Amino acid sequence: MNIRAIFHYIGHILRIEALLFLPSIGIAVFRRETSSAYAFLIAFVVTLVAGQCLLFAKPHDRSIHAKESFVIVTLGWIALSIFGCLPFIISGYIPSFVDALFETISGFTTTGSTILTDVEALPYSLLFWRSFTHWIGGMGVLVFMLAIVPQSKGSGDSLHIMRAESPGPQVGKLVPKLRFTARILYAIYLVLTVTEVIMLCAGGMSLFDSLIHSFGSAGTGGFSNMNLSVGHYNNPYFDIVIGVFMMLFGVNFTIYYRILCGNFKDVWKDEELRLYLGIMLGSSLLISLNIMPLFDNNFATAFRHGFFQVSTIMTTTGYSSTDFNLWPEFSRMMLLGLMIVGASAGSTGGGMKVVRVLMLGKSIRGTLQRLLHPNSVKVMRMNGQRVEDGVMHSVYSFLVCYIGVAAVSMLIVSLDNFDTTTTVSAVISCLNNVGPGLNAVGPMENFSSLSALSKLVLSLDMLLGRLEIFPIIMLFSPGLWKRI
Amino acid sequence: MRIVIAGNGKVGYALAVQLSKEGHDVTVIDNNESILERSQEQLDIMTVLGNGASLETQREASVGDAELFIAATSADEINLLCCILARKLGCKQTVARVRNPAYTEQMRFLKDDLGLSMTVSPDRSSAHAIFRVLQFPSFLKLDSFARGRVELVELSVEEGGALDGIALFNLYEIAKVKLLVCCVDRDGEVIIPRGSFVLKKGDKISVTAATRDLAQLIRNLSITSHRVKNVVICGGSLTAELLAAELIESRINVKILSHNRERCLHLSEALPKAIVLCCDYKDEDLLRSESIGQADAFIALTDYEEDNIVLSLLAERMGAKKAVASVDRAALLPLLQGKGSISIISPKYLAINEILRFVRALDKSSGGSMLTLHSIMEGRAEALEFHVSSDVRHLGEPLSKLPTKKDLLIACITRHGKIIIPNGDDFMLEDDTVVIVTKAGDVIYELNDIFAVG
Repeated sequence: MNIRAIFHYIGHILRIEALLFLPSIGIAVFRRETSSAYAFLIAFVVTLVAGQCLLFAKPHDRSIHAKESFVIVTLGWIALSIFGCLPFIISGYIPSFVDALFETISGFTTTGSTILTDVEALPYSLLFWRSFTHWIGGMGVLVFMLAIVPQSKGSGDSLHIMRAESPGPQVGKLVPKLRFTARILYAIYLVLTVTEVIMLCAGGMSLFDSLIHSFGSAGTGGFSNMNLSVGHYNNPYFDIVIGVFMMLFGVNFTIYYRILCGNFKDVWKDEELRLYLGIMLGSSLLISLNIMPLFDNNFATAFRHGFFQVSTIMTTTGYSSTDFNLWPEFSRMMLLGLMIVGASAGSTGGGMKVVRVLMLGKSIRGTLQRLLHPNSVKVMRMNGQRVEDGVMHSVYSFLVCYIGVAAVSMLIVSLDNFDTTTTVSAVISCLNNVGPGLNAVGPMENFSSLSALSKLVLSLDMLLGRLEIFPIIMLFSPGLWKRI
Repeated sequence: MRIVIAGNGKVGYALAVQLSKEGHDVTVIDNNESILERSQEQLDIMTVLGNGASLETQREASVGDAELFIAATSADEINLLCCILARKLGCKQTVARVRNPAYTEQMRFLKDDLGLSMTVSPDRSSAHAIFRVLQFPSFLKLDSFARGRVELVELSVEEGGALDGIALFNLYEIAKVKLLVCCVDRDGEVIIPRGSFVLKKGDKISVTAATRDLAQLIRNLSITSHRVKNVVICGGSLTAELLAAELIESRINVKILSHNRERCLHLSEALPKAIVLCCDYKDEDLLRSESIGQADAFIALTDYEEDNIVLSLLAERMGAKKAVASVDRAALLPLLQGKGSISIISPKYLAINEILRFVRALDKSSGGSMLTLHSIMEGRAEALEFHVSSDVRHLGEPLSKLPTKKDLLIACITRHGKIIIPNGDDFMLEDDTVVIVTKAGDVIYELNDIFAVG
């Protein structure tokens, strides 16, 4: 294990985080928010110093391999969250460390669950920071680092970092150089975000609100600066723009790269994209029909809210245009199911990922065939490509770990003695980086009533969900720390 | 015409036999001395020992002066390299055998750059031939002439069937469409029949008819016809893969049996809709549990011809409605005698025919040039298609008056796109195309050869 190289990388991450404080400092100064300006300044200095200290110890050997990558990603995210919660604590708006940590992890992991009972009381700079963490966490801090920090020459090991951080069972490059792959991804991300900001501004939203909601939907996070979330505006145009953009950010970003390359045929035939859009459209229709009586049997309004909620839940964003906790049980169950399915691999969304659901479905078909014809050979294919057995096994293990983590978390959260729906939906919502759950943690409620222990467990769930379980479990595996 | 063939394998040798018989100057290149010696002794050809893809060997075989170079070694890459080299040396036409489907697809793209006149893929040809047999499963074999408007089909006479005991001149009354029995295989002997010939059960007959009449012919002869919907393919060869792909495209269910695990994985990947079984296909229990008997067609395409024969017999016994066996060696064919539902495909003959057709089209020197040649009755008879030029003798005379050789028949005349299944009163005119059926061994290079000398 190359500990020095790990510290070196984490130093880089902290230095980047310090720079990410700068926009918030600017806003605090501009809006004359004295206490938060000082808070950000202190956090900036502390983070920068910590990062520089780690960078002083120059590693003799900068090469990192698979196991170092997992440690870098996991420790990096933890460090990021701990330093990221400093402004909340120092400014005094979220005095408790556990609450501040929950809020920051919820931000970076693009979950969007909050412990704040009154969001609108927060100063602009803190609101901005909260949403900015979504935007950074959506595409990944380490991917961002790969895009800007020069790598040791010729070493291909950094791909492990990208693998560990990016969602999905198979992560590959778009272009031969990893750095340019990371840059292309961020460029697409940036362009889509800016487009959304412009479209929201054009609809009459203020620039600040547009930025907040664009960050929230781009990272599929879900922090709003309004207590009623997007429902505050009650504006069909905003619902549609944000709903569609959330859907777009839940698509695998390589799809956009292929569109840019003019490769439309592959895009149209992409199995994951088809299933993703199919599930989204199908669930929107079913839910719209189910909730029509709530909207005076007006299908258009029902569909607007149905689609918005499906889009926000399936991409694991977590906005709400109306209080879906009051919807009929069928719609609530549909939404709970969509939380688990999640968005596409390689998007900014969380959840199990559509591609894993697709693979599991295909593997059921393969098993049925093997039962019917004991000698048969079935190769699993995805988009015409063979899926190696190793990938398939990792999907099975993922499913098992996922269920295990969910079960243990539910058990711990149940100590708070909430009703079953609250407990289950709180864990599912956090583990899939969605945000709101049902009942006591519903879209109009928040997580403040939970105990500190539950908050810590849910924070861990958010990290597990964002990094797709294995990198974090790996940290506790004895094999990782053995010398040989 | 001077022709150089690189590769003296199954296809190369059979080509050399046929081309030298048709009167061409053939040179064969191979790097196996003993094989060359055998060819040298049995055929009237020249042989050159060496690597066909080396410049030195090609110079020695004076490829530069040849009009046609045929690369038929076992490796695609060598064949292509041979052809590029031959082209560079000044050979006018090159033909390469290319098996790998990955290359076949890019051939259209590369054909001009490589200077290739034609590529042949035995696997593709056999796959397509089997596919056509399965479209009309009641026929044993189908060959088309006149750009697909005329078919020469083989079928067997069943006991108590509509054809059993019928004299040929009464055939029209039953069939109600124009057809001509041009060749009969009775107990292993090939007969070119006259009008008085009486059909008997167990006969295999070759019939010419217009393609559009085929469906009606099947109905009128009350041949049991079934649509093929479920096919079992035994063996995981390239032919099997191409055939399965073609079948799946026509929405036919395909099950493939192979004992080679690697191939199974490949097939399962390439053909997601097929059921691929990795097993010992000679295990009778397994064949039963995979319900071979319920298959509409069973195709035996393993690498062992003997296995193919045994498997097709077994499948027929178990109740498969149709069986196709891939067999190249003529000596094995009597084993399948009298089995009306088993068709035989010979990949070797299919590949050779494709090349021969090309060679004949090149060879414009003879009056009334040959267009196509199909081996029928497993190569014991031939159907040849000719273009009638002005220098053909006896134009306009009724066929019954023509002094044709023995065991020879004019099976079909196409005039301005119209198909004439001829009787004795019909005649040939300039610009017709005619199909001649003759026993193999009668050497016919041009249309005038059909007339008896003197």
